[in-house]
Amino acid sequence: MSVITDQQPQDPPPGLRSRTRRRVADPAFRWFVTLTGTSVFIILAAMVVRTTTEAWPIFQHQGFFGFLTGDRWVSGGSRSDDPADFTGVYGAWPFIYGTMVTALIAIVLALPLALCIAFYINQLAPRRLRKPLSYTVEMLAAVPSIVFGMWGLFWLVPNVLRPFFTWLESWAGGFFLFEGPVFGPGYLAAGIVLAIMILPIITAIVREVIAVNPLDQQNAAYALGATRFEVMRKVILPSSFSGIVGASMLGLGRAVGETIAVMMLIGSTKSWDSSLLQRGDSMAALIASLFKEATPEGVRGLMAIGVALFLFTMVINVAARLLVWRIGRVAGDAAV
Amino acid sequence: MSATSDLKPAERGAGERTTPTGHRPLRETQGNAARRAVANRVALTVLTVAMVVAVIPLVLILFKVASEGLAAVGWNFFTLDEPTYRVEEAGYRAGFVGTAYIMVGAILMAIPLGLATAIYLVEYGRGRLASFVRFFTDVMTGIPSIFVGLFVYGLLISSGAIFHTGFSAFAASLAIAIIMLPIVTRSSEEMLKLVPDEWRNASYALGASKSRTVLTTVLPAAAPGLATGSMLAVARGVGETAPLILTALGSRYLVTTYFSDAQGAVPLQIHSGAMQPFEAGVERAWGGALSLFVIVLLLVVAARFVGSRANKLG
Amino acid sequence: MTASSTQTAERPAPPTGPGAGGTTDDPAAAAGTPPEEHTATQSAEEQEPVQDAVFDLRDVSVRYGSFVAVGDITMKVPRHQVTAFIGPSGCGKSTLLRCLNRMNDLVPGASVSGELIYNGENVHAADVDPAEVRRRIGMVFQKPNPFPKSIYDNVAFGPRLNGFSGDLDSLVQQSLEQVGLWSEVKDKLKESGHALSGGQQQRLCIARAIAVEPDVLLMDEPCSALDPIATLKIEDLIHQLKSTYSIVIVTHNMQQAARVSDRTAFFSVNIDDHQGMRTGRLVEYDRTTKIFNNPAQQRTEDYVTGRFG
Repeated sequence: MSVITDQQPQDPPPGLRSRTRRRVADPAFRWFVTLTGTSVFIILAAMVVRTTTEAWPIFQHQGFFGFLTGDRWVSGGSRSDDPADFTGVYGAWPFIYGTMVTALIAIVLALPLALCIAFYINQLAPRRLRKPLSYTVEMLAAVPSIVFGMWGLFWLVPNVLRPFFTWLESWAGGFFLFEGPVFGPGYLAAGIVLAIMILPIITAIVREVIAVNPLDQQNAAYALGATRFEVMRKVILPSSFSGIVGASMLGLGRAVGETIAVMMLIGSTKSWDSSLLQRGDSMAALIASLFKEATPEGVRGLMAIGVALFLFTMVINVAARLLVWRIGRVAGDAAV
Repeated sequence: MSATSDLKPAERGAGERTTPTGHRPLRETQGNAARRAVANRVALTVLTVAMVVAVIPLVLILFKVASEGLAAVGWNFFTLDEPTYRVEEAGYRAGFVGTAYIMVGAILMAIPLGLATAIYLVEYGRGRLASFVRFFTDVMTGIPSIFVGLFVYGLLISSGAIFHTGFSAFAASLAIAIIMLPIVTRSSEEMLKLVPDEWRNASYALGASKSRTVLTTVLPAAAPGLATGSMLAVARGVGETAPLILTALGSRYLVTTYFSDAQGAVPLQIHSGAMQPFEAGVERAWGGALSLFVIVLLLVVAARFVGSRANKLG
Repeated sequence: MTASSTQTAERPAPPTGPGAGGTTDDPAAAAGTPPEEHTATQSAEEQEPVQDAVFDLRDVSVRYGSFVAVGDITMKVPRHQVTAFIGPSGCGKSTLLRCLNRMNDLVPGASVSGELIYNGENVHAADVDPAEVRRRIGMVFQKPNPFPKSIYDNVAFGPRLNGFSGDLDSLVQQSLEQVGLWSEVKDKLKESGHALSGGQQQRLCIARAIAVEPDVLLMDEPCSALDPIATLKIEDLIHQLKSTYSIVIVTHNMQQAARVSDRTAFFSVNIDDHQGMRTGRLVEYDRTTKIFNNPAQQRTEDYVTGRFG
């Protein structure tokens, strides 16, 4: 990274030959760290290859398209590797749907809130409150997801969400998104808890993005008589737009991959429903909840879901990173 | 001055009054200015309210976990196993020991590898390869942890496994290490970048080789920052539940083997306890949640403390 | 342009009645009160009084926390003239300039004491909206800072904010013409403001500032980032603009102050022996010709002749 190290001569000039030990040690160290650097590719490649191999018979058995669109999931009992012997039906659509719906609910709720918080902390809060406030928000990221799951299941759903859903159903139950009956756990409950969970990462990145907005442009707008709100909306927001999109996609990726909290809150049924108040399942949650009872064939089915989930998050993450890349990498522990 | 300031804006008709020099007074707004001022005030209020709203869940979680958990945590909680969820006299010993086993293994795998990768990126890496490593490290932070669990299951546990170990603490360590790796790499990279080049040059000037400079000058200088990053990664790893379901499987009794036998862990025990309809088990799950939360919080706060001191030194 | 032309029409009207709060005091009173307490501004007695002041500063001090950046400034800034603030770095001239349109409100911990009267009203009064102040008192910054928008949108930004309902195209054209940029950019109004040269960018910023039809233009070292030719163009522009606007310019360049300004205020730094605090003070304020040819204070002479600073 440093300019100086660039100029560091790799080979000492003749006549100034160093001791043998050093001549070996230096390149060896260099090779060692370079090799570890490339380990990230090895790990990623191994992950893709290993899971895809395990899942392959399922895709053969079901067809890739059939796997994605089928809406029935019945684990078979076969122990064979041969897709012809498989007895189960593997349709991932209800879980793909559940994943998308919960993640979208999460982002729709979290993004506006994260924008407001980021602007509050960066633009409005007194200087000495900025750090404590951002630490407080980032502390949410430190809460283990199992704790979110427990809190959601035992406190938020019975005390807040179920009454709220009952009211919602009585008021807008005719609308397809809010049809009854009300259970408590379901898409909306999982989405709401996910929103709280992804709030810190979105806030951290948005804060970083708006912090690099040039001060002199803000000053120019202030000098034209713009109010604080107008400076945020007309100067900072437009130039931070791509970073904000990137931040939301990273949050979306987080929400898509979240397992344990969703598993505890989504209600775990293998069907899907257009109403947000109904129960369902997500890809990640299904893997965790079916795993213990799964037959060898069933595990292959879960591997197939895993591969689909991986592809899903990969697309989201690569796109998000490319968008955020331009502003430089985001620091802060909520972002990693 | 006083004459105008005593009047409320509403009492002044537009253009009726002027300042002593015959100009439109500053308090008399023009055009859309009044509406904009209102919009501004409304927007700023919304932002402030949003800040408060965002803090509420944290407070609620803290309160709930603390109040329920404190009742469950006691001497027995740390010294007994949990043969069934129904019994009153039981604890999470197996989980704590299992988590310690898993985390020690994960730390030993993830931190050296992550650190070496960071050294590569900062001291040696340039060009395409380095930016690819950097990019895929970032992408790796976004891989769902359950997928990592599936991978390790396929690698070590399934019937088609390449290195068959079965469910074990080692398998869980590997999964957690893969989750921690990109976090360690990224934070270490940031910290190594903060070491001033003058220090490297001083070392070169004394005739030290590059590897020696890195190991004896750069790493010690960045040590507090590196510790911060590693602690945050550990904090992240210790709370992971999903990959453990697929790799450690869980155990209610103390397991002391590392490379074989299903192993317990606090998050796993919380999960199974919370999903059972037995009051005693659920209560202990709250105790587990509290202890997990406290461990994570201590790590995060310690990391911040070490990190802020490191910043002052730098 | 309507606002400024009506102001021009009203301007000759003399300050009215005693009930008005005595803002534009008669010169004798202005010269009579402050000198005893302000040794640094002894020259106030000798200076040619400002007849028609747009700003009237009385004992203005600016603090950052407990640190006094500029202390006890008392001066009047004339209308429709160019006033230059000169002095060594750290003397607080830019800080004072930023107080005139309350830009320093944006600096955390900054506070202003004393009275800063603009057209008879205290700019820093609690119930004055800083945005309204800045609408009347425009500002041009040290580094050209166009928005990352098209040239047209840069100029139109302020009028759009203010809900301008007239012909925006002709307002943009007028503003660009006023700064002599129209002929250069009329075919590329849709291109980014960042594509222009530094001097053009700065003139674009001036056009953007005058498009909201302010009363006063504050310029904070507007030429320090520009080459000599671009600087000359800006200086010519300042000469043209002063018939419409009152201009206050901060500059490091004494030749520039001599060339463009009608009045010059020389600031310097007083170092407090006890606490080592550096506070900016107004040393001398007079007609530019007097400051540069026959200053009353030794320190001013030392500075303008280059012996210190």
